[in-house]
Amino acid sequence: MLQLLKYGLGLARADRRHLPSETPLKKSYDVVIVGGGGHGLAAAYHLAKDHGIRDVAVIEKGYLGGGNTARNTAIVRANYLTPEGVKFYDASMKLFEGLSSELGINVMYSKRGHLTLAHTDASVRTMRWRAEVNKHMGVSSEVIGAEEIARVAPQMDLSRSARWPVLGALYHPIGSTARHDAVAWGYAREASARGVELHQQTEVTGFDMADGHIKAIETSRGRIECGRVLMAVAGASSLVAKMAEVSLPIRTVPLQACVSQPLKPFLDPIIVSGSLHTYIWQSQRGELVMGGASDPYSLYSTRSTLEWKEGLMAHMLELFPYLSDVRLMRQWAGMTDMTPDFAPIMGKTPVDNLYIDAGWGTWGFKATPACGKFMADTLAYDRPHSTIAPFRLDRFETFNQLGEAGAASVGH
Amino acid sequence: MKLMPCPLNGSRNIQEFVCGGEVQKLPADNAPNREWADYTFQRENAAGVVREWWMHVPSSYWFIAERDTRTDEILKTYGVEDLT
Ligand SMILES: Cc1cc2nc3c(=O)[nH]c(=O)nc-3n(C[C@H](O)[C@H](O)[C@H](O)COP(=O)(O)OP(=O)(O)OC[C@H]3O[C@@H](n4cnc5c(N)ncnc54)[C@H](O)[C@@H]3O)c2cc1C
Repeated sequence: MLQLLKYGLGLARADRRHLPSETPLKKSYDVVIVGGGGHGLAAAYHLAKDHGIRDVAVIEKGYLGGGNTARNTAIVRANYLTPEGVKFYDASMKLFEGLSSELGINVMYSKRGHLTLAHTDASVRTMRWRAEVNKHMGVSSEVIGAEEIARVAPQMDLSRSARWPVLGALYHPIGSTARHDAVAWGYAREASARGVELHQQTEVTGFDMADGHIKAIETSRGRIECGRVLMAVAGASSLVAKMAEVSLPIRTVPLQACVSQPLKPFLDPIIVSGSLHTYIWQSQRGELVMGGASDPYSLYSTRSTLEWKEGLMAHMLELFPYLSDVRLMRQWAGMTDMTPDFAPIMGKTPVDNLYIDAGWGTWGFKATPACGKFMADTLAYDRPHSTIAPFRLDRFETFNQLGEAGAASVGH
Repeated sequence: MKLMPCPLNGSRNIQEFVCGGEVQKLPADNAPNREWADYTFQRENAAGVVREWWMHVPSSYWFIAERDTRTDEILKTYGVEDLT
């Protein structure tokens, strides 16, 4: 009680800076990570913590966690379609469970339940397929009918007279949300506490290559020599890979999202409709977080468009007609790195000391903890960790794609 | 509303069109699998002026557009016969 009072009065609170102040760039590092989003920071943390590799620099052209890490709609789930995907995302959810205590920061991991609605027989079939794969992999997932949907989400228009009546849903009780900024800050702080250097406002502008090997990295603050390099730059993946003469099966496409004015809490679960290109959940602040389809063509820009919002809202109002008077508060977009098979790319590249973490498209926030851990392991031992081996870059050369579109094509 | 200057139909709402992706060179019929895999999956994905296939959906008319992928500015459109 006395402790609490002291804390409340600010007497027992040490003034702890989140990050140490910036230092000059060193001449060389064992590992350079290009991209200070959640993924790069998580990999840095695990390199230092799990493998004792501390001579690491994270090079970020903007500010930490300011890319897609700050722009996503924070949904975390494991109900994917391919066994490889389900196994990977399940591993990531298990890490999310303990992340607040691991990083000493409240990431507000909150289990809400996740419903993917089916409006056609074809989508009911895909959901049965997903449910079977999920259950086989030990992930809770079930196709449910109208009555049960009404129990989980009574807030929706479930009448048969709707333009696209809800025929069933894939129910994923462990579907969650987490505070994306806290995840990035937590990894950044814990990585830097273990000796990792974080350099913001520093852009990687080129690689000095010799015999299929990166000798040094050119940055806007000078040249650095490096042992191994990890690129984790999301929408900029093709541009950074090209500096190392690696071409990628990636297109950069904007994904938009928006939030409404705050409302009293009324919606617990996360609701997604693939056919209507719509998803919605209510944040702890009461705002409705909404997203849906990707932009129709590629672009390196984070502008928002009226067409996108009109399309999203037309469908949103079919499910929630009473939201028609609610105002939008904020809108934004991120540049997503889309792969042809809607699965990520993790592992080695044709350049012997360049490792890649890319192709996260519209779904990579939930992957942050597992990707960081397994990529750190991959760098430390110079071979792909077994869980991420199927996501290798050269799967496209050998026609071993991981068709994940059935579970990843709605933007989250 | 964003407009696309269609060589056949004049300026129309860009929502009447679909983008067919970058102009690429088709490999020879007997090219090795590797080349076909690159053609199928690899993309330039350049940040700058790109040449792309576009189609006006109601008229099924395919043409070429030059677009800046940093600014979303459409610089030029022309028929496939003028593709060099
Ligand atoms: C609107 C939207 C909604 C989304 N919703 C979800 C969701 O609900 N659930 C989910 O799981 N995922 C979601 N995603 C996807 C998710 O946000 C991303 O896949 C994930 O955040 C990628 O993290 P990252 O660390 O790889 O990339 P980023 O956070 O984008 O970090 C990459 C960093 O690299 C830096 N960089 C780029 N080029 C250079 C350079 N040359 N030199 C130095 N630094 C460079 C950038 O500045 C950036 O900070 C969503 C994405 C968007 C845009």
